[in-house]
Amino acid sequence: MAAVSTRDIIKKFGEVPAVNGISLDVPNGEFMVLLGPSGCGKTTFLRIICGLERQTSGDLLIGGDVVNDIPPRARGVAMMFQSYGLYPHFTVRHNIAFPLKTQRVPSAEISKKVDWASQLLGISHLLDRRPRQLSGGERQRVALARALVRQPTVLLLDEPLSNLDAKLRASARLEIKQFQQRVGVTTIYVTHDQVEAMGMGDRIAVIDGGRVRQVGTPAEIYDDPADRFVATFVGTPPMNIVAKNGGYLGFRPENFLPMDMMDDTNFAEFNFRVDRSEYLGSERIVYGVIEGFDPNQVITAKLPPAHVAEESIRPGEWHPFAVRNSTLRYFDKDGKRSSRH
Amino acid sequence: MVAIAESVPKPHTRFRFILDRRDVLGSLLVAPAILYVLLLVGVPFLMAVYYSVSAYTIYDPSWSFVGLANFEQIIADPVFRQTLYNTFIFTFGSQILGLILGKFGALVLLRPFPGRKLVRALIILPWAVPIALATVAWQWMFDSLYSVINWTLIALGIITRSEAPNWLGNQDLAMLSVIIVNAWRFFPFAIVIFLAGITSIPQDVLDAATVDGAGFWRRNYQIILPMILPITAIGLIFGIVFTFTDLSIVFLMTMGGPVGATSVLGFAGFQTGIVSGDVSHGAAISLFMLPVLLVVVVGMLRFIRRREI
Amino acid sequence: MPREKVAAVLQETSFYGAVAFFFVLAAFPFYWMLITSFKENSDLYNVTNIPFWFNDPPTLEHFRYLFEKTLFTTWLLNSLIIGLCVTAITLVTALPAAYSLARMTGRNGEALGIGIFLTYLVPPTLLFLPLSRVIAELGLQNSMWSLVLVYPTFTIPFCTWLLMGFFKAMPPEIEEAAIVDGCSLFGAFIKMAIPLSVPGILTVVIFTFTLTLQEFVYALTFVSASDQKPITLGVATDLIRGDVFYWGEIMAGALIASIPVAIAYNLFLDRFISGITGGAVK
Repeated sequence: MAAVSTRDIIKKFGEVPAVNGISLDVPNGEFMVLLGPSGCGKTTFLRIICGLERQTSGDLLIGGDVVNDIPPRARGVAMMFQSYGLYPHFTVRHNIAFPLKTQRVPSAEISKKVDWASQLLGISHLLDRRPRQLSGGERQRVALARALVRQPTVLLLDEPLSNLDAKLRASARLEIKQFQQRVGVTTIYVTHDQVEAMGMGDRIAVIDGGRVRQVGTPAEIYDDPADRFVATFVGTPPMNIVAKNGGYLGFRPENFLPMDMMDDTNFAEFNFRVDRSEYLGSERIVYGVIEGFDPNQVITAKLPPAHVAEESIRPGEWHPFAVRNSTLRYFDKDGKRSSRH
Repeated sequence: MVAIAESVPKPHTRFRFILDRRDVLGSLLVAPAILYVLLLVGVPFLMAVYYSVSAYTIYDPSWSFVGLANFEQIIADPVFRQTLYNTFIFTFGSQILGLILGKFGALVLLRPFPGRKLVRALIILPWAVPIALATVAWQWMFDSLYSVINWTLIALGIITRSEAPNWLGNQDLAMLSVIIVNAWRFFPFAIVIFLAGITSIPQDVLDAATVDGAGFWRRNYQIILPMILPITAIGLIFGIVFTFTDLSIVFLMTMGGPVGATSVLGFAGFQTGIVSGDVSHGAAISLFMLPVLLVVVVGMLRFIRRREI
Repeated sequence: MPREKVAAVLQETSFYGAVAFFFVLAAFPFYWMLITSFKENSDLYNVTNIPFWFNDPPTLEHFRYLFEKTLFTTWLLNSLIIGLCVTAITLVTALPAAYSLARMTGRNGEALGIGIFLTYLVPPTLLFLPLSRVIAELGLQNSMWSLVLVYPTFTIPFCTWLLMGFFKAMPPEIEEAAIVDGCSLFGAFIKMAIPLSVPGILTVVIFTFTLTLQEFVYALTFVSASDQKPITLGVATDLIRGDVFYWGEIMAGALIASIPVAIAYNLFLDRFISGITGGAVK
């Protein structure tokens, strides 16, 4: 039995469908990431699972029970908001205790659970402070403690890292992931950042236009994209897509290498004119045009450090480049993944 | 690994969560306010309309329907026509004066200077203080014998004692006096509105205008004024509505005199409907305020909506 | 150099001239109120005296008369009672209404909010006719309780609108977190929205109170018994004996009644402005 199961959820605001038929199963204990660009419907979908919005049609099951018309507090969900949503007029202790107080849990038990949750998150020393006295990282941990103290069936997180600066984001990412693995709660995490998604998710659901484009492990999403959208959304710089034979051909920049680096016998060759090159220290990004294809389309190649020292690739020159056939991806005219044509 | 998922007690009936529905709770919370307003504003409003087309007076409370006879009667009355005219002059005059004073007052208060807080606190006074009390002060200032204004004019040699104007006893001066008092009451509100509008203009826009070569007056009239038009319009709605329907100033200063020179619609409605007890005609007079109010409010709202950036 | 200096000096003087102009324009009538209330009658009613300062020494006789020989203290009490009762009624009705319109009703809510606010613009000089009938039917004629009944008709719309602005400015996340944590919708309102909007509520309370003090038309229409009058009506109409205006007492009364309102406005003006413009200017 999946922890969360949705069947064809549709949500319309007026005539506009924000969520256009999502069916998803999240097994117990999984860290599922909902990834997509802004406005794709992922946050609306999360809020529907939480119970803050009601879907226009479709069924939602949590822990095996249909919860369509049940308010959040009876669904066994806990949510962590983008700006944490801590109660500013309560102490940290009261913040964490609040979900238990509303369920009329006896006070002795409340104390025990609050201590348990705050120890779990390492914030026991902050219990008597108020949110405004805490740092960003500390607030995040308080929000997590509050979410977990009720031992929910599902933990929902709505872009919790977007308010942090870049440095903190990496360590916070690690903390959340390790924490979830330790505790084992089913987690659904919404983000637009594909690095976060790839780094944290057990599985990723790529969402665009209110629909799920693909669900899979990070490796599946990256190596076996179901369509052009997924292929170009995940991966930086994005996959190169060129039109060929009525369909599309795709290859990732890191697979697009100078001929002298090709170590496979099964490859496709391209004549590549370099227009621009960016030296990023750990790699070199090269922009250019491939002979025989649209001259206005910019193709990127990501060259490894080993090659950086060479500097033999200079702008304006034509070089032979190649892609291993096994890394080529084909898409039909609708953008869906197909086999070689 | 810490076991985390626990089962949650399942609800029994559908109605247990009825108060959690936004629409149900939302309606319940708004209900008392709506009820109060409907019963004590909506219903009386309809009653007033009904009075105006009936022959109702305090001495003969009959609800017989007389059609538009009341309206025809008051329109035929030259005193009423004078009242209607006065109301427009009163409103128009005091709003314009108030707006001009407000605009310049706002400009003055924009620039920091020592004592600005104190000056701002005092400038607010005419609007803050209850209208009747401020009016009484002006009444005393305009007093026929002891007017301090007259004393000052005489002392400055501008007029002699025999020429001293009887502010409240002379037909034209009386209208001027009530206009002055109303503008005086209104201009701090106008200042507040203008200040709020001007300070809400992002500094980048003003800087861009300066870099583009706009001088003080051009910046003022081509950039600032259009951008504060919505909020000014709202302030103007309030000003017009409350001036057009007011009776306090006229009641206290001139009692509509001399000879009806300052009688305005609100005051006439009061005299006829309350003091004389002729409710039906009083209601008809008061209802004359409505068309203007409707036009002003609708016009302003449309104007604002169109200009919303 | 000198030409620029002259221009600069001219600009400065005209600026400060303007400041002085507005200062005098706004404040003079109050200065007049102030000084009249402390002047001897013989000083007041003497045309040859310089009116701007005391010619005879200042006196407290007007204040004494006000408090001892008139119903001034009764009027103060009346206004206090009316103010407190009306504020209570208004809060109980407007607070939930404003929250509902800000959070719970979507587009219909917008229209309803504007509708409620428009009733604030319905003139008392129209409604006083039918309302006097209603008051008479309820047996409240000539009593200050008629005002307690009628004043909420304008304080409720005004405060609902003001509070709507405050609630809209509050991010809904905290209430949503409370809902997810187990509060009912109503619980989130009581435990989260209200405590966190106390500054806004306080502003509204102060302004409601001042609105009741400023009101004149309904007071004039419904109350003629001297001991039932609120302070503004009393001072403006009841300090006349025969045809004689007791100016000293009137000004003294006006002064006392004006001071609390003036102070309140000054303390809360900024909040009030953000409340108004929050709704009007995007």
